[in-house]
Amino acid sequence: MTASQMSVPAHTPSQRGVARLLQTPLFGSVAALLVAIIVFSVITPNFLAPRNLSLVLQQSVVIGILAIAQTLIILTAGIDLSIGAITVLGTVLLAQTAGIAGPIVGLLVVLAVCIALGSVNGMLVTLLRLPPFIVTLGAFTVLVAGTRLIAGSRTFPVNDPLLTLLGNSITIGSFTTTYGVVAMFLVYLVVGYALSQTAWGKHVYAVGGNPMAAQLSGVKRHRTIFSVYAVSGVIAMIAAWAALGRIPNADPNAYQNAGLETITAVVIGGTSLFGGRGGVLGTLVGTLIVSVLRNGLTLARVDNLYQNIATGVLVIVAVAVDQFMRRKTAT
Amino acid sequence: MTQPAPPTERATSQPLALQARGLVKRYGSVTAINGADFDLRRGEVLAVIGDNGAGKSSLIKVLAGAIVPDEGKITMNGSTVHFRNTSDARARGIETVYQDLAVIPALDITSNLFLGRELRRKGVVGSLFRRLDMPAMRSEASRHMSELKIGTTSVSQAVETLSGGQRQGVAVARAAAFGTGVIIMDEPTAALGVRESGQVIELIRSIRDRGIPVVLISHDMPHVFEVADRIHIHRLGRRAAVVSPQERTMSDVVALMTGAARPTETEAAGGL
Repeated sequence: MTASQMSVPAHTPSQRGVARLLQTPLFGSVAALLVAIIVFSVITPNFLAPRNLSLVLQQSVVIGILAIAQTLIILTAGIDLSIGAITVLGTVLLAQTAGIAGPIVGLLVVLAVCIALGSVNGMLVTLLRLPPFIVTLGAFTVLVAGTRLIAGSRTFPVNDPLLTLLGNSITIGSFTTTYGVVAMFLVYLVVGYALSQTAWGKHVYAVGGNPMAAQLSGVKRHRTIFSVYAVSGVIAMIAAWAALGRIPNADPNAYQNAGLETITAVVIGGTSLFGGRGGVLGTLVGTLIVSVLRNGLTLARVDNLYQNIATGVLVIVAVAVDQFMRRKTAT
Repeated sequence: MTQPAPPTERATSQPLALQARGLVKRYGSVTAINGADFDLRRGEVLAVIGDNGAGKSSLIKVLAGAIVPDEGKITMNGSTVHFRNTSDARARGIETVYQDLAVIPALDITSNLFLGRELRRKGVVGSLFRRLDMPAMRSEASRHMSELKIGTTSVSQAVETLSGGQRQGVAVARAAAFGTGVIIMDEPTAALGVRESGQVIELIRSIRDRGIPVVLISHDMPHVFEVADRIHIHRLGRRAAVVSPQERTMSDVVALMTGAARPTETEAAGGL
């Protein structure tokens, strides 16, 4: 800030070298993903087969979509433990209402229910100023029990073509994948656009990064936070639809850890749990890291429980590296 | 550095930009503002000083619209105004820079400057897809930053990559960009080092030189004496005096602030 520096160029000069690259928030997670891909393609023969890569993406769909909602909420310095439970309830309700009133009515009813549940979380957080952790922990408990009450001890097979639409295959070039995977990427694109290109996105970062400053700048703080929970309801409905595409059977006991798995993906993707920092691109990478790790370890015949241990360690390492880098750049 | 014009010339030749009479604000049994008056002339830097608990923060919050007073009248450029919130005050061109570096760390300079006042693209892209006009905002931001001689490499830089002084510079540039009437700065140098404080003082001068009056709340006497045209001394919830930094020394001012000395009749009546 000296008088000699008169002009301020409007764009970042790209020549800042390796130091800048290392500080890029996404560098660590992208590097980890590449390392995982390279390691598994060396130690297992089938990892790089198009069929297997397609499977990795399909296995990512439900958590990948839900993690977008989790990213939005964590960006506002919140957290949502109930998002997986909303989705499971969504799958059961989809199967039931579609059986009674047809698939289109079913989809609309479930959309409305998911938005309503997200909005209840949002209202408790904004109007009553309750901590998001407590609100969504309570909602999680209520929803898990409620879903089992509605479902009894049954599961609900689904064979309606619209409800299983997202499980249909689509071939792009020589690569075959599902509509669910395409839907996941679409949601990433839409939310990524909203976060980086609209005022709403800037406000999401603002209320998470410095709530007082945001409010004093005229940002509608509570409205912004509420909107994020409502939008997460919409995303939960899409995830429920995609879940029926992947396994056409609504099971109240499925996706029990989905809420926690989305937090894993978000954190590995470099979004700060303190809010205001990160983004959905990182979350996509984080989701893929977890999927690649699980898929690769399965191909390498590593037991499922060891996969869980590896994922858990990865979360802690990811946050530790992030904190270390931040401390380094802060000085 | 050019010496500011003598106070008599500067202060009396200019009409009032912002005036308050008989402001009162009570919180239960506590009276934060007890019949306070306030006068800000066009084109001046008015320092507001007072001991902790003297009520200067409350006074400033009333002027910024953050507190609604129980009693009293505020006039801006001659007409009475009622601020129900900070947006009302901002709509009249009153911008406030708060002491705790009121910026969003992860957002870039441009987004910080335009936070809450974003510009959208024209046509369907803006109205339906809500797309921001980042190029227009960047060039505007760039212009504001260079007008105030705040040197940063790029307005696309995240604010968290800036030094404390540069961050405060962003907050000041933001106020200067939209503050067409009055800019209020609440302890703008409290969180800064010596060199960076000097830069903020420089910014205050360049804003005044653009004709916008500045209210500076500060504990730092050397800064106050360096930049203020007049000094409003707040004590026990009201204005105790308005003095000229040319006529009074720092120790005089401290004595007036603590009640150890009495102001002259003119000073007690609001100065020149």
